[in-house]
Amino acid sequence: MEKVIKEQFSGRKRAIPNPDRKKEKWQKFRKKVAKDKWLYLLMVPGILLTIVFRYFPMYGAIIAFKDYNPMLGIWESPWVGLAHFRTFISSPNFSVLLTNTLKISVYGLILGFFPPILLALSLNQILNKKIKQKIQLILYAPNFISVVIIVGMLFLFLSANGPINGLVEKFTGQSIMFMSNPDYFRTIYILSGIWQGMGWASILYTATLAGISSDLYEAANIDGANILQKIWFIDLPALRPVMVINFILSAGNIMNVGYEKAYLMQTSMNIPTSEIISTYVYKIGLQSGDYAYSAAVGLFNMIINVVLLLLVNGITKKINDGEGL
Amino acid sequence: MNLTMYTKIDRQLLWVNRIIVGFLVIITLVPLVYVVVASFMDPATLINQGISFNPKDWTTQGYSRVFADDAILRGFLNSLFYSFSFSFLTVFITMITAYPLSKPDLVGRRVIMIFFIITMFVGGGLIPTYLLIKNLGMLDTVWSLIVPGAINVWNIILARTYFMSLPKELSEAATIDGANDLQILFKIMLPLAKPIMFVLFLYAFVGQWNAYFDAMIYIKNPNLEPLQLVLRNILIQNQPSQDMVGSNTAMAEMKQIAELIKYATIVISSLPLIVMYPFFQKYFDKGVLVGSVKG
Repeated sequence: MEKVIKEQFSGRKRAIPNPDRKKEKWQKFRKKVAKDKWLYLLMVPGILLTIVFRYFPMYGAIIAFKDYNPMLGIWESPWVGLAHFRTFISSPNFSVLLTNTLKISVYGLILGFFPPILLALSLNQILNKKIKQKIQLILYAPNFISVVIIVGMLFLFLSANGPINGLVEKFTGQSIMFMSNPDYFRTIYILSGIWQGMGWASILYTATLAGISSDLYEAANIDGANILQKIWFIDLPALRPVMVINFILSAGNIMNVGYEKAYLMQTSMNIPTSEIISTYVYKIGLQSGDYAYSAAVGLFNMIINVVLLLLVNGITKKINDGEGL
Repeated sequence: MNLTMYTKIDRQLLWVNRIIVGFLVIITLVPLVYVVVASFMDPATLINQGISFNPKDWTTQGYSRVFADDAILRGFLNSLFYSFSFSFLTVFITMITAYPLSKPDLVGRRVIMIFFIITMFVGGGLIPTYLLIKNLGMLDTVWSLIVPGAINVWNIILARTYFMSLPKELSEAATIDGANDLQILFKIMLPLAKPIMFVLFLYAFVGQWNAYFDAMIYIKNPNLEPLQLVLRNILIQNQPSQDMVGSNTAMAEMKQIAELIKYATIVISSLPLIVMYPFFQKYFDKGVLVGSVKG
């Protein structure tokens, strides 16, 4: 019976071909677009801004392959192929810059990834809502402080006669030049980053934990589970998806070290460890005016970044049962 | 919730937990309190022995000196202008772009979404963007700080998700009553979208208030400098103006005063955010969305 109907149906479809279908579809399309004309009009400013300020710079990035001459403009400047990339990779700066960039972000990722998770697990054990809210209010506050002020505070606290050296002097008898010693740059950068960002980064985990059904905890109570067991068997599995996404996103941002902060923290003495690719791009491009070369360095940085993102996403998908971004 | 069934180990663990959280709270607060107290100190005491809680060592010298020069005030007003105009513009653009994209039957919706989302992963980079701003003649104008950042894909995604969560019947009923899409958006949808608009506004405001990098590359005219650039001169480059330090003071004293001025400027420049901070509390979890997708 079914088969018959199906045959009839498909037969009918074949039997009456519609020469006007394309035209009809086109008219339907036009009618629909005309009906939504206001909606399209509303999107015009956003689309224009995106074309001008997002897509046009992508076109402008071709100066990385050119001997850019501002008088000739982007298109008329002569092509030089990969010359700028070759110069960068064979320059003595290359390995230093790449190492500095990678070290600061890999260490930052390793050290900064777990504190927010632990904090969220800790906060989750505080049952008094009012106290918990007050604690959160305090712990989130540093996130709203600007980079300029954070770095300004670092300079103040770590200066020769600042409070930290006051303590150091009491114990060792001499002060440490924190900001001008290249050995300390990464530590200061990463620790201050954790101080500022840990609370805020924990919100997503806290929200996820708050969404766990209380049935699970009740069942665990009946089984006589202690807090650590509940964390291990209930909380951590619930946090896993968020952890994976956060990890992929931060790993995919490995080349995008917060150059705004690194640049402010740079002193002439700590340059051996504090110069990273993005601050180098700024200096070569906008301070020395070598546009094409620094655009090439910037492009190089972005390409590595996109490749890393895809790579990490792929690997995570493999080990995480097909779950990636 | 039946979470009160604690074993003996649990009770010990909870104490450890309280100590850890308490430690974190102290670690967070100490630097902040230090800055505030230090800004009220007598400059000589501050540099020789640090802060003290003895009111005899307190002065308001730091603040009067900061206001002796108009750089901070000018930067403050400039930043207020930049932050307000930027936030209004970006919220407006976000809403009018996100609303059409929230319509499931809009022809070409997917293509337009992809067109926006691509810009989250690839971009021209610092130098091509700078050259564009330069060629547009926007260098050293307020536009360079307000317009380019006004289009933000994450904000569009958030607003679009919000619009999609509103009941469809509203716009359907309005259409039957003869309203066109513009009327529906501005008279019905935007009033309903106030919470998300408020969140976007707050975060745009803070972002703009705290930013310095774009201003550093685009703005050369000191009269247009936002507060963060003024702060950078004082805090990082150690260049408090002559008006603040005073022209005929001895070297040693100048150093002390410069230190004090730094603490006072930090407190003054944080005031607007301190005032806004309580408003944020209600929206922390919504800020998660903004914050997390960015991270």
